[in-house]
Amino acid sequence: MASREKILENILRNQPPQKTLPDLSKAAIGAGDYFNDFKSILEKIGGAVIEITTLESINEYVQKHYSSTNRIVTTIAELPWFNSDLSDNAHSFEDVDLAVLRGHFGVAENGAVWVTNELMGDRAIPFIAQHLALVIHKRDIVPSLHEVYEKIDPSYDYGTFIAGPSKTADIEQSLVLGAHGPKSMVVFVLAT
Amino acid sequence: MKPGDNMDHAGLSSKFNRDEARVDWHDKTLWFIREKRDKAAWQIPEWEQLREQASQIKENVLSNLHAYLLQFEQHATEHGIKVHWASTPQEHNAIVFDIIHKKGVEKIVKSKSMLTEECHLNEYLAAQGIEVIDTDLGERIVQLAHEPPSHIVLPCIHKKKEEIGELFHQHLGTPKGNADPQFLTAAARQHLRQRFLTSSVAITGVNFAIAETGEVVVCTNEGNADLGTQLADVHIACMGIEKIIPQRKHLGVFLRLLARSATGQPITTYSSHFKKPRAGQEMHVVLVDNGRSERLKSDDFRNALKCIRCGACMNTCPVYRRSGGHSYHYAIAGPIGSILAPGLDMKKYADLPFASTLCGSCSNVCPVKIDIHDQLYKWRQVLVKNGYVNSGKAFGMKGMAAVLSNSRTFKWSGIVGRMVMKYIPFVLNNKFNPWYKQRDMPKPPAQSFNQWYQQNRGKNGK
Repeated sequence: MASREKILENILRNQPPQKTLPDLSKAAIGAGDYFNDFKSILEKIGGAVIEITTLESINEYVQKHYSSTNRIVTTIAELPWFNSDLSDNAHSFEDVDLAVLRGHFGVAENGAVWVTNELMGDRAIPFIAQHLALVIHKRDIVPSLHEVYEKIDPSYDYGTFIAGPSKTADIEQSLVLGAHGPKSMVVFVLAT
Repeated sequence: MKPGDNMDHAGLSSKFNRDEARVDWHDKTLWFIREKRDKAAWQIPEWEQLREQASQIKENVLSNLHAYLLQFEQHATEHGIKVHWASTPQEHNAIVFDIIHKKGVEKIVKSKSMLTEECHLNEYLAAQGIEVIDTDLGERIVQLAHEPPSHIVLPCIHKKKEEIGELFHQHLGTPKGNADPQFLTAAARQHLRQRFLTSSVAITGVNFAIAETGEVVVCTNEGNADLGTQLADVHIACMGIEKIIPQRKHLGVFLRLLARSATGQPITTYSSHFKKPRAGQEMHVVLVDNGRSERLKSDDFRNALKCIRCGACMNTCPVYRRSGGHSYHYAIAGPIGSILAPGLDMKKYADLPFASTLCGSCSNVCPVKIDIHDQLYKWRQVLVKNGYVNSGKAFGMKGMAAVLSNSRTFKWSGIVGRMVMKYIPFVLNNKFNPWYKQRDMPKPPAQSFNQWYQQNRGKNGK
């Protein structure tokens, strides 16, 4: 405890006079069609965006693009792979090929989707799966991070913005998708 | 370290400069990232306003750090996070070791954290028999090479893919001669996934800690921080006390600036907000001072604490690009490292504020508007005053001052200089002249500006 008091005392003695916070409020951005921005930015950073009208379309897409013999998990009750009990040890999701989860919001300026723990089943799932699919509503795409932080429900325990597949450019700046997490990310955008 | 010592910035740079082709490649690669940053910034019409807001938020943080830290501690504790305080790197390392030791494990995973580099955590834990696996690909590469990172965002930017291929051949058993980035990344993915799955303790850094909510935010592109922590029983997040921000909504400013400034991406792939550990998981946050609370009192150098570790100042720096990160012999290289390091140890890092042209490009790209080049200049004065500059440099400066302060001596020196360069160039073009290293001396002008002006004034009616 000695260090705590020492550090705090030193800070109190040394911190400069109070400076005020800037005003972050700005002119309200009217409702607009941010879908196209969201789509083009997410595609640029290695993700894919598929417009759908019903959740059944996801099933068709998955059958066409992923192997049926591989393990698929989802927390969306309407989808055929739904299993209400994902309370297993996080390590048991090691063999998941595709995870299909709902997201809360999409952010047009950067292609990110806000996902929180109650949508993940297990917190490891969005990261350990080989491929990730997220589902959002078109009406939930907001222009920038400022708007999304206004809308976020603060009751989450763990939340993350996910923008595209896991990636690295650590070897000579060559972009490689699929560093440790999912090798691909598709966002299904429901028309409503 | 005094400028002029063998292992100072200039000495280490000259080693790096021996391989001219590599220097050119290093220079171009980093400039390419600087250009990506520019393109990303230009997409945001309110970019300059964002920088100003970020700067003001950080200044508010520094003026209110005491209250924000207490607020953070209170909220984090309410959410079941154990908060630790460390005055020194040694104390930080001992806290981390104690947590690992209690779990009885010998192998842990760690995602990128410049703070743990600053504290030399890996070496300390290795001495205690704990093996740390760095999971960021670039960090894993330098770890296998037994080197420190050379850049805070791009740890192995100094390495060619062939060297990485050879390292992987030796350590991961990839085929000899294979240097394909896609293939090598896949090999690292296989290798590290096993480590993720078998590690019950995961260490991460912290990009932002929010006073209002007690949560910490960690940004990665690879997903290694999340994969590590979500598969581990214990999450230890290590941070400098200056990483606090007041409210969650301020992330709207910082997350818009961070990745764009760092690599030109609109945002990192993952920006994860850790508020409560999951059921059955332990979470610790270690708050480290290590000189920060002392720096807070300095009007000249306090603002370096605003840094969000984006690396933009390195990518743009003409000296960093041509001397490489290791020439700075400190955990954080480049312009920002050169103003942080002497605050910790003036003697050891006395050379770093001189490793700059003072061109100001670092300050111009800094997303939180740190006056980096002004601080470099101010550090030079502090270092000279305190006798940390060697006699050669001090003598040269005095000679320079004598020449520049007297117009007759100045004129005379110019004439002599031009004649020497014209008629007896070997006097300057030899290894005793530091300006001749890796450079050709310019052709001397036929006359001084003053002579030209005297001849030309009055012409054309002016």
